[in-house]
Amino acid sequence: MFHDEITRPRPISLVSSTVSDSHTWNLIFMQLFLEEMGHEVVNIGSCVPLELFSRKCLEHRPDLVVVSSVNGHGFNDALELARHVRGVPGLGDLLMVVGGKLGVEGTRDVGFTRRLLQEGFDAVFGEDDLVGFRSFVSERGLRAVS
Amino acid sequence: MTSVVRTGAPFGDFVAAAERSGRLVVQPRMGFGDVERMRHGLARTKEADAVTVGTLTLDSYTRIGDHAAAARALAEGVGLNGYPIVARPDDDTVRLLDGVRSEDFPVQVRHGSSRPQDIFRTLTRLGLEATEGGPVSYCLPYSRTPLREAVDCWVEGTEILAESGADGTHPHLESFGGCMLGQLCPPGLLVAISLLEGIFFRQHGVRSLSLSYAQQTHPRQDEEAVLALRRLAREHLPDTQWHVVLYAYMGVYPRTPRGASLLMEQAARTAVRAGAARLIVKTRAEAFRIPTVEENVEALENAARAAARQRALPPSDTASSDSETYAEAKALVEAVLDLDGDVGRSLPEAFDRGLLDVPFCLHPDNRGRTRSYIDGDGRLRWSTTGDLPITNGPTRLPRGGLTADALLRMLHHVERHYDTAA
Repeated sequence: MFHDEITRPRPISLVSSTVSDSHTWNLIFMQLFLEEMGHEVVNIGSCVPLELFSRKCLEHRPDLVVVSSVNGHGFNDALELARHVRGVPGLGDLLMVVGGKLGVEGTRDVGFTRRLLQEGFDAVFGEDDLVGFRSFVSERGLRAVS
Repeated sequence: MTSVVRTGAPFGDFVAAAERSGRLVVQPRMGFGDVERMRHGLARTKEADAVTVGTLTLDSYTRIGDHAAAARALAEGVGLNGYPIVARPDDDTVRLLDGVRSEDFPVQVRHGSSRPQDIFRTLTRLGLEATEGGPVSYCLPYSRTPLREAVDCWVEGTEILAESGADGTHPHLESFGGCMLGQLCPPGLLVAISLLEGIFFRQHGVRSLSLSYAQQTHPRQDEEAVLALRRLAREHLPDTQWHVVLYAYMGVYPRTPRGASLLMEQAARTAVRAGAARLIVKTRAEAFRIPTVEENVEALENAARAAARQRALPPSDTASSDSETYAEAKALVEAVLDLDGDVGRSLPEAFDRGLLDVPFCLHPDNRGRTRSYIDGDGRLRWSTTGDLPITNGPTRLPRGGLTADALLRMLHHVERHYDTAA
């Protein structure tokens, strides 16, 4: 299922795109990847407005939020997203990461990563850094199956 | 006062004439914000050594209806990813088309909008008569617009276009329904959605249509799909001018120039063998960036040559129109039409009930109970059919069925196949 169907007590992840990104295969991939780690996944899809994003976070209370973007506007959109989310009462401690193809240039921009962390993301991953992402999830005790 | 150019040949008549003379019409994807660049692209398409029609692809601000943002981008000289036909003064567009659009070179406007009314008002005012999209195909994959709202917008948009026919133009509308999500949607569902959108357009007054289908993973299966689409169109669109348009593969594209050419040439052969009248091409640069005008011209000419070579061959064992794809599409179409004779009402109802359900589509109005896979022969199949009114697949998801790695392999199946063959 790719919809909001959840049963506790497995870890709950919320997968989302950014406001301007209409790509979805990356979101489906991240959903399957998290499901293989034992998560129940709420996939809220593409072109997600900020207000819908925070509403879904308050509604589902996820253990982890994964923002994935590949349209090249990810850095800018994710900065806005972090500022918005960290200002919403109840979402200050939300565990939230971002990854994908975040800039229009092929190389990873270290400065942008630092700013995303400053604005409130707990981790930033490049598009090929699934190993790093998996380690992060395991270290946070959010891995339910082998 | 803008002088509107009405010299273009009716789009549907132009394609029909090419079809009668045994030539495949080829068409690029192309859109530039700048008038001169756009004009150059159209002119080069027209000059290509092939039977071509022009493409005017709009930018993404216009697509989402933010014409103020498009106008700001124009004023500030910010690059746009297409032509902002609503934000631009009509005189600019008249100048763009003057002397380019002609009896032997119709132009289609492509836009991607789930709310197309402003766009359709503008293009009918300019005497542009051919465009594309659909209430489902421009809603579910690319927008968060509720499906019923998209249907209302497309009712209004289609009627704007149809009424422009009273001025002596011949409005033509193409359904993008055969291209849902670009890849991994089984052919029966693509054929059904394309046909249903065609019936929707006809019910709202447009009498010249095209029905789309996008090349998938298996040439024989694609042939069956185009034949199924033509048979269903004959059965359901009796008093309508229509043709089938085939899209060269829309998923992850081969990275080698040779692999990319092979895939596109296969699309041209499939179009000829199965009787599609028009082909939307892809270029050898597709895997890496937006292609240049010259790369598009090269792709148009290659496609036309591949089609002519296929046409010169003696007819061989063409696939049958009585295929599994036909049976599946027919069952889907009939289940939807049974809900309500008004397709604008039955389409959203069908998605509510899961009678139509696009695999891997995350739109909130899509049930998401179906999944597909590529079998050992390379055919696209259902791994679960959910509530679709068809029986050739399991209805429930096998537990732990699809892994992230397996999805990635499926998304890259065609790319790998053609790059290996290159």
